[in-house]
Amino acid sequence: MTLSQFSRRLAWSALTVGMMASRFCQAESWEELKQRGLLRWGADAEGGAPYVYHDPGNPDRLVGFEAELADELAKRLGLEARMAQENWDMLVPALKQGSFDVILNGLERTPENQQKLDLSRPYFVYAQQIVTRAGSTNINGLEDLKGGTVGVLSGSVSHHILGGRPEIHSKIYLGNAETFRDLKIGRLDATIVDSPVATQFARTDPELRLGGPAFAPGFYAIGVRLGETNLLAKINKALAELLDDGTLERIDSKYGLWDTNQLAMRSFQAEAVDRKAQRSALTAWRRYLPLLLRASVTTIWLTVAGMALAMSAGLCIALLRLYGPAPGRWLATAYTEVMRGTPLLIQLYFIYYGLAQQIGLRMSEYTAAVLALGLNYAANEAENYRAGINGVPRGQWEAASALGMSRWLTIRRIVLPQAFRLVVPPISNDFIAMFKDSSIVSVIAIVELTKEYQIRANDTGDYLGLGLMTAGLYFGMSYAASLVMQQFEKRLRYDHR
Amino acid sequence: MITVKGLIKSFGRTRVLHGIDHDQAAGSATVLIGPSGCGKSTFLRCLNLLETPTAGTIVLGGITVTADGDESGVVLASRQRQARGLTGMVFQSFNLFPHRTVIENVVEAPIHVKGMSRVEAVELAMGLLKKVGLEHRRDFYPSALSGGQQQRVAIARALAMQPKIMLFDEPTSALDPEMRDEVLQAIRQLQDEGMTMVIVTHEMQFAREAADEVLFFESGRVLESGPPEKIFGSPSQERVREFLRKVSA
Repeated sequence: MTLSQFSRRLAWSALTVGMMASRFCQAESWEELKQRGLLRWGADAEGGAPYVYHDPGNPDRLVGFEAELADELAKRLGLEARMAQENWDMLVPALKQGSFDVILNGLERTPENQQKLDLSRPYFVYAQQIVTRAGSTNINGLEDLKGGTVGVLSGSVSHHILGGRPEIHSKIYLGNAETFRDLKIGRLDATIVDSPVATQFARTDPELRLGGPAFAPGFYAIGVRLGETNLLAKINKALAELLDDGTLERIDSKYGLWDTNQLAMRSFQAEAVDRKAQRSALTAWRRYLPLLLRASVTTIWLTVAGMALAMSAGLCIALLRLYGPAPGRWLATAYTEVMRGTPLLIQLYFIYYGLAQQIGLRMSEYTAAVLALGLNYAANEAENYRAGINGVPRGQWEAASALGMSRWLTIRRIVLPQAFRLVVPPISNDFIAMFKDSSIVSVIAIVELTKEYQIRANDTGDYLGLGLMTAGLYFGMSYAASLVMQQFEKRLRYDHR
Repeated sequence: MITVKGLIKSFGRTRVLHGIDHDQAAGSATVLIGPSGCGKSTFLRCLNLLETPTAGTIVLGGITVTADGDESGVVLASRQRQARGLTGMVFQSFNLFPHRTVIENVVEAPIHVKGMSRVEAVELAMGLLKKVGLEHRRDFYPSALSGGQQQRVAIARALAMQPKIMLFDEPTSALDPEMRDEVLQAIRQLQDEGMTMVIVTHEMQFAREAADEVLFFESGRVLESGPPEKIFGSPSQERVREFLRKVSA
């Protein structure tokens, strides 16, 4: 997960609109593709070994068994292969939108995927593999994971497998690199990955071991947009040739991936696909709304806890900056400037991964999320308080002093109560903003409302209907927060005549 | 009750009080008059150490609240506590606490500074509010009161700390003419009860009637002082005469 990937996720809504537009566009035909001479294949090279990744010795060059397959495949089609980078869990919507021609990146030949895409014959036989720490010798199968915490890649087969096993606590990740990092730190008991990933990460790493034999085998296939039968036929023909003439075996062996399981591809028979007419999630709201509501609860409590921390820490910082001794004032000023001047995402990574790796301070993802949101917003709240305190007239201080009130007593009883009233509107603003900003914490494997929306939208392909529901929920939360704050402001009023 | 010797006050390099001497007996009222910016308000604010004097001594009720030479913040704070325990102050702009009701304004300091019990403080406050004629406004917020009423609450609030000396800083300047009388009335009543008072004002009629002594300030000095009959009747300084002519015109 990188910053660029994150900004891509923020462009989610733009993509949704784009996909609506593409429904009215003619799907690209094989003829046009041939004319262009280019086969654009969508994949995620981020932490993508052994599938597709940048050659460590020459970062401009793409390597990996899928990269080499793409080159061979394009050659047989008389085209040139070009990789198009996309977040893995965004590949399907991006293909539909027309960002590239095919998906060639560990796309499983599952009934769910067949609802959304046309899938080619297989080019690889994968299986699910449990990976755990070298010391966890007691984990040798799915049954041993009961009660444990297991990391899975968002939208992957293992994500679906664990979806049906509530007795195993799953954490949803956006990339394999983060999953293995948390496994090694000890936040996870195990992860379940596709066998090539296990081969890549675990076989060479002394800290990790395979937890039992691989299970639940399946096929990787190339995905094309629905109805592109010409392109699909050409790809199927080329893949059969590559299997028969041993090209696939040669490529896979190079990466240590060829095994006897691969022979299952020889007897492959395409099954008939029964495509249900796609229904909008809006009509199936009974099924999806509870899921989104549950995720909203996470969003709400993250925001409420984060804001409570921001308001109390912000008050301390403001008081330190206004009335503290000189070193305290410098510290408070430095804190405010640094926290305002650096991205929330980096602060979140620092707290969650940085502290765990550097000083061994290991906290749960929820603690880290509340800390990051709260400490980041504390800088804003401190500035709000400071403005509010400075907005209390000097005469109030003088009157209190003349009555013999000490400075602290004056701050506590006279200045702060008046300052609070002044800062309610700007703090309400930040409160509402945090509801939306809290979606950033999905990068540390928290499923809040935005993440839940992404997962469900990827499952169903209905970005619009679920998007409307999700937007409605966010609006509901913000509006409720706004009403609460208005009531609060009213209660603090003392100048009603 | 009040003895001031050689009081000097500078703000940065600007000297606003050039060595003021003043003696005042208990139960008397001194009125400070003079043009704007002459230093009369600064003098008043020095008396309760709202401004820290640059040099000179102030003795209130036999207690020296200033000292020569540099002092630590702790010593200054303890002197401020003494000075403010002896004095009560009423401001031009009232400075009531807008987030507290009338009664809460009055009991605030007795409870939180003196440690008086709430019952006792409320009893004391109600007596004072009755005295300024506002007991029926006890649960109003200041914003719901007229200026004159607010200033009378401010007087009650200052009296609640049972000061020996009352300082008034232009108490009627922010008020409409018809509200001035009610405030001046309250001050006169205090005088009748024997309160020692220092009053900065532009109300010449009031100064003439109420003052035991009038100090005329000009450019940080006392230009002329004496009983009101002398200052208003036959001032020796031409500058005083000119000022009085202007304000009565």
